[in-house]
Amino acid sequence: MMRIRSWGRRRDNPEAPSEVLDWAPGLPHDTSGTSASAPGRVVTDDEIDTSHKVILYMEDVTVSFDGFKALNNLSFNLDDGELRCVIGPNGAGKTTMMDVITGKTSPDTGKVFLGQTIDLTRYDEPEIATLGIGRKFQKPTVFERHTVFENLELALKNDKRWWKTLGATLKSWQEDRIAAVLATIGLAGEAKRPAGLLAHGQKQRLEIGMLLVQDPRVLLLDEPVAGMTDEETAELAALLNTLRGKHSIVVVEHDMDFVARIAERVTVLHEGRVLAEGTLDDVKNNATVVEVYLGR
Amino acid sequence: MNATALPLEVAATSIAHEPRARLFSPAGWAAIGVALLVFGVVVPLLALAVPEGNALHLTSYALTLSGKILCYALCAVALDLVWGYCGILSLGHGLFFALGGYAMGMYLMRSIGLDGVYHMDLPDFMVFLDWKTLPWYWKGTHSFAYSALLVVLVPGLLAFVFGYFAFRSRIKGVYLSIITQALTYAAMLLFFRNDTGFGGNNGFTDFKRILGFSIHAPGTRVVLFALSGFALVGALVLCRFIVTSRLGRVVTAIRDAESRVMFCGYDPKAYKLFVWTLSAVLCGIAGALYVPQVGIINPSEMAPTNSIEMVVWVATGGRGTLFGPIVGAGVVNLAKSYFTVAAPEYWLFFLGLIFVLVTIFLPQGIVGLLRRRKQG
Repeated sequence: MMRIRSWGRRRDNPEAPSEVLDWAPGLPHDTSGTSASAPGRVVTDDEIDTSHKVILYMEDVTVSFDGFKALNNLSFNLDDGELRCVIGPNGAGKTTMMDVITGKTSPDTGKVFLGQTIDLTRYDEPEIATLGIGRKFQKPTVFERHTVFENLELALKNDKRWWKTLGATLKSWQEDRIAAVLATIGLAGEAKRPAGLLAHGQKQRLEIGMLLVQDPRVLLLDEPVAGMTDEETAELAALLNTLRGKHSIVVVEHDMDFVARIAERVTVLHEGRVLAEGTLDDVKNNATVVEVYLGR
Repeated sequence: MNATALPLEVAATSIAHEPRARLFSPAGWAAIGVALLVFGVVVPLLALAVPEGNALHLTSYALTLSGKILCYALCAVALDLVWGYCGILSLGHGLFFALGGYAMGMYLMRSIGLDGVYHMDLPDFMVFLDWKTLPWYWKGTHSFAYSALLVVLVPGLLAFVFGYFAFRSRIKGVYLSIITQALTYAAMLLFFRNDTGFGGNNGFTDFKRILGFSIHAPGTRVVLFALSGFALVGALVLCRFIVTSRLGRVVTAIRDAESRVMFCGYDPKAYKLFVWTLSAVLCGIAGALYVPQVGIINPSEMAPTNSIEMVVWVATGGRGTLFGPIVGAGVVNLAKSYFTVAAPEYWLFFLGLIFVLVTIFLPQGIVGLLRRRKQG
């Protein structure tokens, strides 16, 4: 049970019900499920219910900016523990899709759910981050004037209400957690350096580390290898392979070599909707995909 | 606004693996001890015990000027907290200063009692306007404790309400600066009106006593000076405590990459609102200490130029350092008291020149320059 506190700018219902009925939005019920997934079960609010395998669910989402439909009836499902690559030409709606999931943009229509029960359109960015969705930006965004250690300390899963941070100190298990993540992202030797002095690839990894210390269920990575050297790209691919299965991951990427290294299933977006979905080979051989994207 | 001009060391206040970053270095604590000694012992002795005519005697002019500068320095520290650390450039902090001053001024007006020009229970300007009773918002201001509460509550509440809506609407950068400027300007126009009930363009003056003590007595003036000094040191320690806490690191992170802060699960609105409101309250306290020392408060304290001057103090001293703005307030105001006597018509040009020169040659202010020297 997580605490979600906020004031102002809540986009929909000010108070989410403390208990909601389990329902599968438009999905066939998982017949193999245990009794826990029986319809009508009462679940606790804010607990991510993945009893139907799906952790992220978007249905008929439309977002328009001045008449231009950035997302056009987009439907997208991500299974718990899956690593999904999303590709598509510029303007296909990849970043807008992430904006909708993370609460930066409100969809005009459509449903966005985390698990079976959490309607993400009701929450703002900090709340969604606290619910367990971590997002990496296209341009590496770290706190440049803080040390690498402090970057991770700030991101760490914690009570993030302001009065709690005034007297907050790190507990030893939290230090251990930071040390473990520093090792995972290969920055243990840089802990005391200001993040602004890191190389581009190191910043990308630090940003991923900042997501990992939040223990997110879902990781959204927007073009993580943009501007990276081949070596840095290989390191990141290795890192993502170690995270596979521990988190549900969505990678938006242009770099097809990188996609080939990590991909399980690939979703191709085009003009704000899903054009094709399948293994990398499936979509590579899909005639429509070749026409709009790969063939060029 | 340009945070990239700040040195990388600014936010690196904590050392990893220490339970909490230390507040000050031993030298810093020593300096604070010396400052307290100067404010509480040395200056009172020089002003009261050393006879007039002695070279060491502190004249009442010098005492008032230094007391004034201490109040300004307090404002500069408060402004640095929001600008230097949170990236919110306020061009309206003079309003909070003036409101604190007016709240104290109301008490001082009421304690004139029957000794005013008209020997009436009402403040002179109300008698002059032919008012028969006190307006409702003057009720209770004869009490020092209540007025002291107003000193904190009025600027704090205004800042809270303003900040709540501004930060909720995600107004930032130059837009926020312009709105704060407009806010203080609008308040100035409001206070210029006689009907507003704060003495119109003359404001409050001719104070006689505070808590029963004559406001002109050297002893009273020394106490007011010392209190200003203690308030400044207190604010410095408080702000330092805040910026070295995790909250301080979140606040600097908001300055540098607000979207990342949000996606880390922090709500930047609440953090901004906290430092913003605290900053306004500190300015209000500065204003309340300032008014009994200079003996007057009028709407010109809300003029946009006053708020801009505060920004110049912070920039000159070095923003994001807390200590720098104190230096900046001292240097600029000493220059001002020299210039406004020597060549009053050129002061504003000179002020503008300082700002331009500091921006171009000293992006990190005087303290930044000293640090660079030290690092060689």
